[in-house]
Formats: sequence, C-alpha cells, structure tokens
Amino acid sequence: MSAVWRSCERAAACVRALGGPAKWLSRIVGFSMCASMKYSSRGPALIPRMKTKHRVYYIALFSIVLLGLIATGAFQFWPHSIESAAEWSVERRSVHDAPLVRLLANSPIPERGDLSCRMHTCFNVYSCGYNPKNRIKVYIYPLQRYVDELGTPISSTGLSREYNELLSAISDSDFYTDDVSRACLLIPSIDVLNQNSLRVRETAQALAMLPRWDRGTNHLLFNMLPGGPPDYNTALDVPRDKALLAGGGFSTWTYRQGYDVSVPVYSPLSAEVDLPEKQPGPRRYFILSSQTALHREYRAELERLKEENGEAVLLLDKCSNLSQGAMSARKRCYKSQVFDYPQILQESSFCVVLRGARLGQAILSDVLQAGCVPVILADSYILPFSEVLDWKRASVVIPEDKLPEIYTILKSIPHRQVEEMQRQARWFWDAYFSSMKAIGLTTLQIINDRIYPYAARTYEQWNNPPVVKWSSVNSPLFLPLIPPRSPGFTAVVLTYDRIESLFRVITEISKVPSLAKLLVVWNNQNKSPPEDSLWPKINVPLKVVRTKENKLSNRFFPYDEIETEAVLAIDDDIIMLTSDELQFGYEVWREFPDRLVGYPGRLHLWDHEMGKWKYESEWTNEVSMVLTGAAFYHKYFNYLYTYKMPGDIKNWVDAHMNCEDIAMNFLVANITGKAPIKVTPRKKFKCPECTAIDGLSLDQTHMVERSECINKFASVFGTMPLKVVEHRADPVLYKDDFPEKLKSFPNIGSL
Amino acid sequence: MGEQQWLRRSILQLMPHGNFTLLYRIWTRKVMKTSDTVTDFQTFKSGDERNGERSHRGSAGSGAMRMHGPEGEEERRESPGLPQSPIRLPQPPSVEGRARAGRRETSMQARKKYVFLSACACCWLLLVYWGGIQVRLLRLLGRLRADDIRLWPEWVDQDLLLGYANLEELQADAWAGESPQQRRQGWSGIYKDGRCRMETCFDFSRCRGRDGFRVYVYPPEKGDRISESYRKILASITESRYHTSDPHEACLFVLGIDTLDRDQLSAQYVPNVDERIRNYPLWNDGRNHLIFNLYSGTWPNYTEDLGFRVGQAMLAKASLNVEHFRPGFDISIPLFSKDHPQKGGERGWLERNTVPPRRKYLLMFKGKRYLTGIGSDTRNALHHIHNGKDIVSLTTCRHGKDWEKHKDGRCDHDNLEYERYDYQELLHNSTFCLVPRGRRLGSFRFLESLQAACIPVLLSNGWELPFSDVIQWNQAVIEGDERLLLQVPTTVRALSDERILALRQRTQMLWDAYLSSVDKIVLTTLEIIKDRVFSYVSRNKLMWNALPGGLLVLPEYSTHLAHFPFYYLSQGISPGQEFTAVIHAVSPLVSQSQPIMRLLQVLSKSKFCSQIIILWNSEKPPPAKSKWPPMPVPLTVMDGRKKTTSRFLPHVAIETEAVLNLDEDTALLTSEVNFAFTVWRSFPERIVGYPPRSHFWDPVKQVWGYTSKWTNEYSIVLTGAAFYHRYYHHLFSQYLPPSLRALVDHTSNCEDILMNFLVSSVTHLPPIKVAQRKQHKEPPSPQQGVKNGAWSNPEHFTQRQECVNAFAAWFGYMPLVNSQLRLDPVLFKDQVSILRKKYKDMERS
Repeated sequence: MSAVWRSCERAAACVRALGGPAKWLSRIVGFSMCASMKYSSRGPALIPRMKTKHRVYYIALFSIVLLGLIATGAFQFWPHSIESAAEWSVERRSVHDAPLVRLLANSPIPERGDLSCRMHTCFNVYSCGYNPKNRIKVYIYPLQRYVDELGTPISSTGLSREYNELLSAISDSDFYTDDVSRACLLIPSIDVLNQNSLRVRETAQALAMLPRWDRGTNHLLFNMLPGGPPDYNTALDVPRDKALLAGGGFSTWTYRQGYDVSVPVYSPLSAEVDLPEKQPGPRRYFILSSQTALHREYRAELERLKEENGEAVLLLDKCSNLSQGAMSARKRCYKSQVFDYPQILQESSFCVVLRGARLGQAILSDVLQAGCVPVILADSYILPFSEVLDWKRASVVIPEDKLPEIYTILKSIPHRQVEEMQRQARWFWDAYFSSMKAIGLTTLQIINDRIYPYAARTYEQWNNPPVVKWSSVNSPLFLPLIPPRSPGFTAVVLTYDRIESLFRVITEISKVPSLAKLLVVWNNQNKSPPEDSLWPKINVPLKVVRTKENKLSNRFFPYDEIETEAVLAIDDDIIMLTSDELQFGYEVWREFPDRLVGYPGRLHLWDHEMGKWKYESEWTNEVSMVLTGAAFYHKYFNYLYTYKMPGDIKNWVDAHMNCEDIAMNFLVANITGKAPIKVTPRKKFKCPECTAIDGLSLDQTHMVERSECINKFASVFGTMPLKVVEHRADPVLYKDDFPEKLKSFPNIGSL
Repeated sequence: MGEQQWLRRSILQLMPHGNFTLLYRIWTRKVMKTSDTVTDFQTFKSGDERNGERSHRGSAGSGAMRMHGPEGEEERRESPGLPQSPIRLPQPPSVEGRARAGRRETSMQARKKYVFLSACACCWLLLVYWGGIQVRLLRLLGRLRADDIRLWPEWVDQDLLLGYANLEELQADAWAGESPQQRRQGWSGIYKDGRCRMETCFDFSRCRGRDGFRVYVYPPEKGDRISESYRKILASITESRYHTSDPHEACLFVLGIDTLDRDQLSAQYVPNVDERIRNYPLWNDGRNHLIFNLYSGTWPNYTEDLGFRVGQAMLAKASLNVEHFRPGFDISIPLFSKDHPQKGGERGWLERNTVPPRRKYLLMFKGKRYLTGIGSDTRNALHHIHNGKDIVSLTTCRHGKDWEKHKDGRCDHDNLEYERYDYQELLHNSTFCLVPRGRRLGSFRFLESLQAACIPVLLSNGWELPFSDVIQWNQAVIEGDERLLLQVPTTVRALSDERILALRQRTQMLWDAYLSSVDKIVLTTLEIIKDRVFSYVSRNKLMWNALPGGLLVLPEYSTHLAHFPFYYLSQGISPGQEFTAVIHAVSPLVSQSQPIMRLLQVLSKSKFCSQIIILWNSEKPPPAKSKWPPMPVPLTVMDGRKKTTSRFLPHVAIETEAVLNLDEDTALLTSEVNFAFTVWRSFPERIVGYPPRSHFWDPVKQVWGYTSKWTNEYSIVLTGAAFYHRYYHHLFSQYLPPSLRALVDHTSNCEDILMNFLVSSVTHLPPIKVAQRKQHKEPPSPQQGVKNGAWSNPEHFTQRQECVNAFAAWFGYMPLVNSQLRLDPVLFKDQVSILRKKYKDMERS
C-alpha cells in the first residue's frame, strides 16, 4: 500500500515538475491513482502480499508505463517541445517579405462574371462533400505581392488593414483549413475591398494566376467599394469568372441571388469611436440626416422636409469653417452649430441613409451602431446579409421618390416598435457589422447554410437578439393539434414492492376506457415481480419492465413499449382516482398535448425573508406544478427528461430519490413556456409525494428538501421557468344544476 | 458514446496503411471494452463528476433546449472535448487488469502472469503511443487548438497597414451625375422585360393610399375556354377583399384569358394570346399586370417561354427557374392540380406528434422515369438508392404512348417492383419523400408530400421555391442537390429526431397557411405583391413563417409583433395587465337601477379594467355625460350606428390588448371578470368567455346544426361576455368579406358565432369557457333589447343555424372545434374554508 502511495507521490511530483501544459495530465494520473487505491483497498491487497523480487519488478514495470504515459502525453499535448519551432510557431514576418510575383502583360485574364451563375451551376459541391459537422472548409492563399512588368504594384494599398483582419479572423475560425485539397472555399489573399485602389486588369491577371483558380470555381472575393466614376458599377469590375462575390452595394441587377453575398460597407469609424449602447426610447430628434455628399436634389427635398416639420428634423452637413483635416470626418454642422459625429446619431430616432454614388454606404454601419433606426432610400439596393437578416425589423426601407413623405410614414410607426427597431438595429451591428471578423464569419456562415441547408441556422438564430433568445420559447410541439381519442394512452406505474396496492391501482386504471396499455416499471432489483398468473386480469396488454437500478428517473424513460403519444405516469399507491377522473384527464390532455396535465397541484413561492424559492403544498389558489404521481404528458418529454435534461438535475434526482416531478415540471415549463393544467377538484391524496414518510417532523424535512430542489433547479436552468396560474380544468357541466346521469363525467371529485 | 464512435470512424478514414488498421482494431476493441468498464466503474463513486459532465454535454447538444447555463455552453459544444476522451478512457483497464490479476494470483502462476502483464503494458503503451499520434493528427485536422496549425500570419508591421479606404472617401461618396429623378426615369427604359423589377416595371402611382391595393379581372370573352384551375383562380380574386370591378381604381390587373397551360401540345392551350392582350386598352406593355401560369414550354426542352410577349407583366408561375426568375418581381407558385379545392381545403394529415418520429420507411419515391430528354438524368438515377427496406425508390418507364420503343434493360424489373407498393400507403408511412424534378422543375409531389406530413427532399436544381420571397423553406423541407443524390440517404439518416419533429410540423403549418386551397395560393400571391407595393407597411419574415401564417396577419393593423396575440411566447413577452370593456347598449337610459348601471359598478371594481367604452346603439340619442355614474376609469360613449357588427369594429379608442365585450344586461361579478381575465392572459389568442354553445353535424339533413342546450361539449362561447385580443376586431372587419358582415347586420344576429368562427379558424383550437356563478338562469334574458324576447323566438334560433351554415360555406370548412372542459378557480367548490378562496363570490348563489 505504502509503496503505491510513494510512487504515486513521486509521479505526481514528477508531473508537477513538467509545469503548465502537463497539469491536465497530472489530473488524469492522479485520478487513476486514486481509483486504483480505492480499488485495491476493496479488492485483495495487491502489492503487500507480493515477494520483494516481484515487487521491484512490478514497480519497475509500473514506472515504465508511467514514463511512457508522460512521454506520450507530453508528445501529444505539448507539441512545441518536440516539433521543430519553425513549423509550429506563428510566423512573424513583415508584409513586405511576401514573395513577389511579376505579372506578364499578356498573362490571361479571367472572363467577366457570369450573371446566371448559381450554386448548382457554378459551384463545385463535390469539394465540400459530406461532413458530420456540416461545416465548410476554407483555405486562404498565402500572401504574395503582385507587380506588373514595370514593377508597379497592382494595388495602391497592398494588403489593407481590414482585409488582413478579415483573413486572420477566418483563419482563427472553425472554417479554416490549411490543406488546400480539403478546402471547399478558397479565398485569395489579393485585397479587392476597394476598387478605387486597384488596377482592374492586373488584379484580374493576378487572380487567374492563383494555383487553384480553375475559372474561379469556389473562390470567394470580398469587395466593399465597387465600381468607379462616372457611373459606378454596383459590383466589382474586376473580371472574376465563376468566383463568388461578397460585395457591398449590390443592386438587384448585379446580385446573383443565392450565389453572391451582400455584405455591409465596413465603417472604420467604429474602431475609433466607442459608442456605448443607448437605451431605446424617444430621442431629441425624430429624423436626422448626416450624410455630407448628398445630391443637391435630395438635399433640397430634405430642406423642404425640415421646413415643414421644424425641430424634429435635423439636417447636417460638412462643416465649412473647420480646417480641413482628419477631424472633419468626425464633425457635422447645422448652420454654425457643430456636432460630434457619430455621437449625434444617438440623439435621433431615425437616421436617413440615402444612396450616394454607390448604393452601399458606410454610414449604415454608423447608424446601426448608434441604435438609430436607418431609413434607407436606395432603390434596388440589396441590403447587407438580406438573405438571412430580416431588415423589416430593424429599418424602414422607402422608395426614393417617397422621400418627401417620409415624415408621415415614420410617424405612423408605433412607439414600441420604434424602440424594438432601435434595439434590433444595435443588435445587428453588434452581431454582424461591428468588425471585419463579424462580416467575414457571417458571410461564411451564409455560404455554409447554402451548402448544408438541412443544418442551416434558423430565422430566430439569425434575427433574435440575445435578450429575446434568452426569454423566448419555441416549443418543440408547436403545431396546434388535438390528437384523436382512439389510440388512447399508456399508463406507466412505477413500483418497488407494494404488490397489493399496485394490483389495486392496475385494476382501477384498467376501467378507464381510453387505456391502451399498462406498463409496470419494476424498480426493485432484489425481488422478482410476481408470476404472471398472480397479476390482475385486465383487458389491455400489461408489460413489466425490470430496471437495472432503483432510480426515480426510470419512470420517465422513453420505453419502446410506450406506443402512444400520451403517457399517464402514476404511482403504485394512487388508488383514489376514479375512472371518470382519469378519462377526463386524458380528454384534457388531448386539448393541451404540450402540457403536463395532472391531479394534485403544487406551487412555488418566493420567500422574501430567505431570498429564495419555497415549495408549497397547502390549499392554495394558484398552481405552478402538478405532481407526476398522477399526470398525463406527451411521450416526447420522456426523451427530453432522459437525454436533454440540463445540468446534473437527473443525477441529483436519482441521488436524492426525490423531486423527479419538480424536475419534469421545470423541464416542460422551460421548453413550452406554459403552465401545467391541474384537473378536477382537490382530493385527499395520501400525501402522494411522500410515500415512505410518516409523521410531521419528517414531513417538514420533506418540504425543506423539495424547496431545495426548486432552488437547485432554478439555478441550473438559470431562470424560474414555472408559470403560475389560477385555474384548473373541470368538465363543462361540473357541479352544474343538471342531471348527473347526462353528464359525461359524473363521478368527479368524490372523496 | 456518439463522440467515441465518431472518433473511431474518423480514425478509420485516416488510417492509410494495413498495420495501422490492425492496431486500430485492437485499439477500438480496447476502447469499446473500456467504455463498458467505465460505466461499471462509475457505480463506485456516486455522483461521479464524469457522469455529470456527460449528461451535461448531451444537453448542450440540443438545439431545441433553452439553455440558461451561466457558463458558455454554446462554446463548449463548438469545440468537442476530443482530447479528453481518448486519454481518459484507456485508464481503467489497467486498474481492472491488475485487479483481476491480483485475484488470480498464485505463486506458480506469478511469473507467467508478469510476462503477460508486461506484454499487456507494452501493447497498451504502444497503442497509446500510436493512437496518440492518430489523435494528434485528428486534432490537427479538426482544428481544436488555434495555435496548432499555421494561421494567416500575424504580420510584424500590421499596425502600419493602410485602411482599405479613408474616412473622407467613405463619407464623401459624391455623385455628380444626372439627377436622381432622371436616373430613375432612365432606368425604366433600361431595365425592362427580362430585367424587370418593381421600381422599373411597376406603376406605384396606381396604388394610392392604404386601401389602394385593388385588383381588376378582365371579363372573359365569349367563347373562351377557361380551365377549371383558372376558373378557381379568377373566382378567388373576385371574391377577395381586393377585388374591384372598376379598372380605373385598380392597382393590379389579371387577365381573363386562361394562361395556365402554355404547352402548345396541350388541349388547354389558348392561341393568339399576344394579339388579344395587345388589344386590351390598359395593357400598357403589361405594366401592373399579373399573369398566372402553371405549365410553360413543351417537349423536348420545356423552356420557360409562355408563347407570348409578357413584357412588363409580373409572372405568378409554377416551376420557375432561378435564372428566369426576376427577383422581387415574379412570384413562384406551387403546381396544383385541377382538383385542388377552391376554399378551405383539407387539413394536413398529421394528427399527432408520434415519438420517435420516424415512420416505417425512411425515404420514398414512386414515379415516372424518363429515359431520355430533360430531367432524365435525375430520374434515371433514383433507383440507385432503392434498398427495398427503409428506402423505397421506385420508377417506371411505363408512361406515354411509345414507352416500349425507348425501354432499357431495367424497365421490366423496375415495373415489377413498381407495382408492389401503393403510393398512398408509402405517403402515409414515410418520414421523407423525394421530390425530384420531372420534365419541369416543380411537381404535384411537392404539395402531396407537404400535406401528407412527409418531409419533402427536393432534388430540383435551380427551382425557385413557391413563395420563396417570404417562406423559409429550409425549416420545412430538405433541399438536396441533384448532383449529390447518393448522399441523400446519409443526410436524412443523420437528421435528429427533434429536427424531424420540427420539420414535419412545419410542413403542416405551411400547408395549412398557404397551400391547402386555391384561395390561399392566390391570396398569398396577392399579399406578397401588396407587401411589395406598401413595403413600409408590410409583414416581416417572422409573421410569414410563424403560426398562424401571413394571411391572417394584417400589417395595416400594426407591424409590431407585440401587438398581435400570436407572438408572445416566441418574443418572450406576456400580454398586458389591463383590459378595455366594450359595452353594447341598446336600451335607452331611464333609471339608475338598469342592468347597465350594475355592470358599470362591477367593472369599476375590477383592478384590471383600464377603460370602458359604451357603444350606443339605441334608437334614442345617448344621455348626457352627467347621467353616467362617476367612474374611476375613463368612460367613453361612442355611436355604434345601430349596427350589430359595430361591437367588433376596430375602435381606435381601445388601447389595451384585451377586450371584454359585454351585452348591457350581462350579470357578472367582479371576481368572475377578474378570474376570466387571468385565464385570458394564459390563452391570449383564444376567446375566453362564459355561456357556451355548440354546433353539430346533422347527418339526416346534411347541414350543420346549432344548439344552445346544455351539453357536455361546446365549440362557441357567446361574446355577450367574453375576453379576446383586440386584434380580432381588425380581422373581423377587414379579413372577413363584407357579405358576411352584411348578413350579421341585416339579421342583427350571429355576430358572436361569426367571431367564434373567425378565432377558431385562426387558432384551430376551441374557445375557453370559464366558471360562472348561476348559469342556469341565464338564457332568457333579452339579449337584443329592442327586439325583446328574441331568445324565445324560434326564428331567432333557425336564423342562427342558417348563419352557421353560411359561415361554414364561406370558410370552406367547419373551423369550430369542440372542447369538453371548463376552467374554474383552483379551489372552486372544494371543501375548504371559503376564506381560503380567492374567488369567494363565485360560489355564493
């Protein structure tokens, strides 16, 4: 024993000496040690009985194993120590060290983009293949500097800061692969973000020279400022053949729906200015226009708007009296008044985003950042990421010729919606506009969604801000269905050894017309269930399932034997429910198939003194839980309980042998957002939740334990999902002055 | 364990050499064994942390589960804990092995055993070593640690890089060219015909004002043959609320010529369309015209050509190809058969959400195989995935007149197999249904499988899906790729049960909301165009894709989600805490002891009541303000213009979401009102009221019956006293046709039945009845005031029965749903002290 200890210590010390990266390893070793200790203390003493010779041998063997393990571990988890530094360390080089490529004047130029390209015609899906993670692989070409024959670079900026950010974000992401043969999408490192800084022909030649160009198939180009004077094309002019284009400022005629991706024009201002999120609400100005280079016709119309509506409209322009310099981009003026830009955007509810020479405007990004609702007047503009983002919830898109009417149009939007839009605008910026990383990864995700449409992100995932995601529910059983009565329900009786009571329950339940099958979950491993002949004779099939362990969660296991949707969970001592009551419970469940429908109701309360939740089983006017000692529910919740219960709730329940019903109530309420339904009047249940407990003091501890459960579960769920209601369901004519024999469910509520 | 399997599978793929494979086999056996031992092992330690972690991870993997864990669950899911499992798992066997060895130990066997043990250890070591390399490789490829691989370099001089554009350049995006107005005008000259968009080919000025969306149908000329389907389309438009008979106030024009079938070989083909439409005085090169089409082109190419010049007219066309589709202008509609019902339509076949959701067959197809020509590539390949077990993919060559001429070797065998299965049986029993392209891109199969709740797997490259502008199809169908047919089985097999459940329910939702009748298809088309014309007062995508569907959401009412009764849960909000009482007053105010005065007293005591509106429908003018008792809440008297429907008009004065509609003589208690209101807050999309009624089918007369007798079921609650969402006022007055409202006004009856029809058709659920104190004396009270004794009048009753039938005819089906339950306060009539009860009054009689 002591030898093991010693070697254990030695190993631990040795492991500790390895330092940080091996810490994890030490945990495993320690873990296995402890396990072996524990095991040996229980089983036959392994080492002390051995002869010295063997002992030495054994220790030697053990050390070899241990050393091997450490070596392997170090090899695996600490690659820098073994592999050569050159291969593993991040290269630190200058952009100017990138290899130089000289383009020949006659080197080939790709064809112009084909407007009819779509994913199924121009995109090679075979290179993406089937993939268990449903994630495309993206390769980035190494950086090269391209010059023409005279040595002039093809671009005036070379690699821009933004494109570098974009590429490093992609390489940091899950999409990245450094193996070009496994790549589904290829991104050239040739920066084409701004067409103004490019030489179009030479850039095209550079593209064509890429080793895997293959007419641009599966290549993705990012461009934000397309076109050039005088007529500013709305898509990049560089001939690019079949390459996909993630472009800012697409018009509906250049955008190839389902192939290109419309991206925002990144505003570098957001890196400079930190605009804290402003609470949505009414603002000082109603409409603000802060663009400086508006066409005079637009400006005239805006002036007219200002005249009509006075203070509510603020019309800003460049400051004429300021010295031209870097700051001019950060100032706006109205007559002699000077405002800080973009801070002023936060002072207005709506901000006008008019088209300029290009359709895509960087101001859109500023406006969203300020949480100002953009009013977009740019006919035929494809809004950024419009394939997935629902712009109607964050902006107002108005045809250009309605510019004079915008005040009336915007006034008709309800206040609460404006606030909602302000919040949504800011969320769009946070999630999709705020950095080149956000823009790049969103683009890739959109393409990913097209290639694996069955794994695509949903509308809610794209559009719901975190606040809504947090509080909203999307029930898995959302379709309003009232299932037919005919298949009936399966009763699942959990039992341990109370045979007599069990048989009574079985006999009682078997009288319920809609019962389809009875399933007895035999939770006692030490005893076999009674012989077949001893069971009560009933008209429906009866199955006994023997469990491996005496666990409470066995009651919620989705047994294959349950063939109906409806499950009645019932304890082996609930003999007081009449057949009418059970049948009525089933009818109620049919009307609320996504809820728990049960008999005894319970309540959770907030204990102000203790500052925590309290469990209440008194006669209350409210219900937030029903006990699963007798409750109908959908079989789907069995799956959820068994496989999708958050945190360690399931283990907690099994360990404490309590609160499985509270856990079920939490689970269902959390996923459906709805309260359970308590049916029929209160009955004298023989303390159904505390079967084995007698006496007041024990009852007290029971209540304490249940309260603890609620607090524990609420902390695991991170919220209190339970909903409190004041109603219960009774038959339509219950207690009405009406002949009992004409009522469908006469025998209800009898004690 | 799924993770381990995946690991094993990926290792298998990685193993290039035989000896690796051998090692791998040993290793996997070991891992498999260890995974068993792990579970045993855990029983020693109750509440084992590892166990906890596993279930934890399992839960994080669920998309449907709302996770509120404070720590970044999502992130953990993204980076699977791969490095942990392979190393951790092999630990226990050594322990196990040693323990077992210890047990077997005898002095003689010791040496043999040590040799065995050391061999084991060496093997194990080697395994870990080699396995380790594999794991490391795997990690390399799976990119688990960011710095493991070569990234885009971090340039030493990256701070010196230039921005892609300077701020000046971005902000001063000056535009000196022609004026915006000129440019817009110029566009319509350039972007026309094949490049039409709303802004260039549609005359918005024809659709002025909010009610400006009017549709005119050209009268069909004499002698025109109009197909059954087109007749239905025209009927739907003529009966819709957008129809106008005056071409001058129309915003949209629909041809009277049947353009559905433009296949020249078809019997339905109408010749010289070109000539005829050019004679239309308002044709104007097709501006603001909408052309419906189901079939275009003909053998052999089935092009998108309609055989006449469409010009600037919009197309509502089935089987649209993305290349010809003018985005934001044309509308893709589903291909429907001539038997498609005009109204109502059959509900989807899904009756219950069975779990596990997989049906007998995983994937099925039964249809024609084209041996040559367009579309044959896909259909010819379909038999490859047939396995006769869970995937049934049957094709036949037997179609057309001369199939035997072209038949190939497979035909006879295929035809035999084809006969063995019944299409309807397959539809009912398959989880997924293949919807491959035929000659054209769309097929009837699409609607059939949607209705059958058989999740469509589309193999139709380039098909612009129906109503793709607004419907998110990826939540209801699997969009496959013709090129990847052989991947389809793997793909659908890999879908989780949760996803199948969600997809299947969504097929039903879409079927029911947009596709089940010609009416719905046509209306959806019109609504999409209307949303484009009034883009700033239109539905967002959520409204289109969430229950109850876009047709039942009127953007004129509001575009704000919280203003509708449908989105509370999905937006994480709850209905307001207050209600507005609307009292329908018919009798003149003479005494202070009139029922209406008592009612006002009752309402004023409710803490939830925020305002009271009296709809004055009496012959006498409303009394002076001083005649009304002083109220703690605002009281408004409005002129109801003596119309029965006025009680459901969308009065702007109603500011709360909940409306309590009351007859002036309703006898209620404050506690009853309060209780019903709390119930309504749990069911904001339904009517919550007191007196129930029911409908039934009379098999003898073949009509619907109506009864006010006490029954064990009900499907209507009278709106003489009922809570509902104010949005239903808007639906009532705008969604319902004027004819039904006129019927109600004319008879001064049935408005409550109509309201119940409307709400049930939206929710597909019954109304909710709540407890009321003394119902047994309620019916004889004169509801209609002036027409005293209307209730005892048998004519009144027959009228109501006629109403039920008239309404059912307009809806095209019977929307009312029966319920057997009533909601009572939790302690209602329980044997506890009355002092404990919150709603005491309700039990005193």
